[in-house]
Amino acid sequence: MTLSPAARWALRAAMALGLTFIYVPLLLVLVNSFNGDRTFAWPPHDLTTRWWAAAWASDGARQALLTSVQAALGATATALLLGTLVAFAVHRFAFFGRDTLSLLIVLPIALPGIVTGIALDSAWRSVMGELGIGKGLLSVVVGHATFCVVTVYNNVLARLRRTGTTLEEASADLGARPWQTFRYVTFPLIRSALLAGGLLAFALSFDEIIVTTFTAGPGLTTLPLWIFTNLFRPNQAPVVNVVAAVLIIASVIPVWVAQRLAFTPGSGPPR
Amino acid sequence: MITEIRYNRPMTVELSGLRKTFGAVTAVDGIDLRIGDGEFFSMLGPSGSGKTTVLRLIAGFELPTAGTVALDGRDVTRLAPFERDVNTVFQDYALFPHLSVQENVEYGLKVRKVAKRERRDRAREALAKVRLEGFGARKPSAMSGGQRQRVALARALVNRPKVLLLDEPLGALDRKLREQMQVELKAIQRDAGITFVFVTHDQDEALTMSDRVAVFDAGRIVQVGTPEAVYERPVSAFVAGFVGSSNVFTGETAKTLFKKTGTFSVRPEKIAFTDEAAAAPGTVAEVIYAGPVTRYVVDLDAGARVVVVEQNSRTPRALAGLRGQRVRLGWHEEHVIPLPSGKDSAHAS
Repeated sequence: MTLSPAARWALRAAMALGLTFIYVPLLLVLVNSFNGDRTFAWPPHDLTTRWWAAAWASDGARQALLTSVQAALGATATALLLGTLVAFAVHRFAFFGRDTLSLLIVLPIALPGIVTGIALDSAWRSVMGELGIGKGLLSVVVGHATFCVVTVYNNVLARLRRTGTTLEEASADLGARPWQTFRYVTFPLIRSALLAGGLLAFALSFDEIIVTTFTAGPGLTTLPLWIFTNLFRPNQAPVVNVVAAVLIIASVIPVWVAQRLAFTPGSGPPR
Repeated sequence: MITEIRYNRPMTVELSGLRKTFGAVTAVDGIDLRIGDGEFFSMLGPSGSGKTTVLRLIAGFELPTAGTVALDGRDVTRLAPFERDVNTVFQDYALFPHLSVQENVEYGLKVRKVAKRERRDRAREALAKVRLEGFGARKPSAMSGGQRQRVALARALVNRPKVLLLDEPLGALDRKLREQMQVELKAIQRDAGITFVFVTHDQDEALTMSDRVAVFDAGRIVQVGTPEAVYERPVSAFVAGFVGSSNVFTGETAKTLFKKTGTFSVRPEKIAFTDEAAAAPGTVAEVIYAGPVTRYVVDLDAGARVVVVEQNSRTPRALAGLRGQRVRLGWHEEHVIPLPSGKDSAHAS
């Protein structure tokens, strides 16, 4: 398609504007985490790593970071296991309600977090509470897993559809038992899809706040929750900036890696 | 020991009453077949005729709805693919994309716990047999279609199976390469003494390479025999039309031409232009020059349109001038093949 030079420039400007709106504020957070002035006077007069040191020394922030990592790891592990299992079931077998199942797996990512949060909150209290299991890390992991499963599921299913089953037939034909076929053929072929799905799941869980609010229970603070509660305390503001900057970096890296894995030519079989 | 068993039981593949249905579709409809040890056996038929399903039943990828599969005298009907002493060359080769060529070829030996050194040597040997020495370190994606085809062949042959199943292995290659591979495949088969079961829809391929050919139609075998028998003495209009091309005459036309009732077939190359007064008169409708041969389409006065193929061994006739010209066609009595006039007594094709 050919566009007139004027249209090209207009579209470029629009795109630049859009990207500016998204990324300049994020950049601001990063810069402000080094801003020497407590009220973030702009432009910064001097740069300092004081806030980074303060944030590192803050027990609350460190504890929150640890909790977030634990929750994200738990949710990712759950998502990897369940997402892979469902992807295989949907790809390999024709069974009653297969399309419905597929929809039910994908749906939580579209459901408003607040709805998921309320539902999980009341369900946990009325069911798990009765069993004597209060809200805590486990309920957060379960809450996050509900929408993390889909990232693994989608990645693995797409890979399975792309590779088909001929390679596994070839493996069996050459004398490999089912577990050998899984180890030498199936797993290596879905490995990068698992990594991509897992990284996305980790990133989703790591900065989730809405569902977390409803499932964390008293005493459990993840990093986003910590930021939210400290945001409006003036003397904590610089530290919040640092933590926000950490969150940005921690989210960007896995997503970037996941994208490289999912779309690099050669990561999957040539078709 | 093994040779002795083979000697005593010369049938490697035996299929009895084999049926396979997928839902309401009957893919294989009662197949009985015995394939001999060391035979190059082709299964020829149009797509959807069930030949590939039969191959998959022999390999063990599908379980038959009824009937049995025996390999080397042993019933393997219910055994998994990895428990059968057969290997397959897949239509799309199915090379493992994450493994090198060498690792691909070694795969069957590796999963059977053959020692590393032996497996390396045997894989090298197999690659040499398909003329791919020095390609071991490459990934399949870095090879051409013809090379991948040979890797797939080496990967199967390295296991020294009793039977090698080939599912349209030359289908994706261009014509020149295909003809070259036909010769190579035949040579490899003769050298290794392995039974080849070869699925194809290409009649030239089946005729050139096979010891015997089975012609498939609608899930059944309609004729089994040597290439010569299938070509020269087809048992039905379907076989006559699918294996080579044929002129089929029915009804009044047949009566006028052959002085008897029934359905008859005459191959295009068995019909010649002649000056004999007794020959069948007609008009040339079309002249198609095809390099080594020229095809003439002639409308006979007796009411049939026939194809005549003539070798261009001498300078071809002045082609354009022939169209519309009156000619007479003749043939030898022994080249007239009587066919059963059934539902499938088809038109000339």
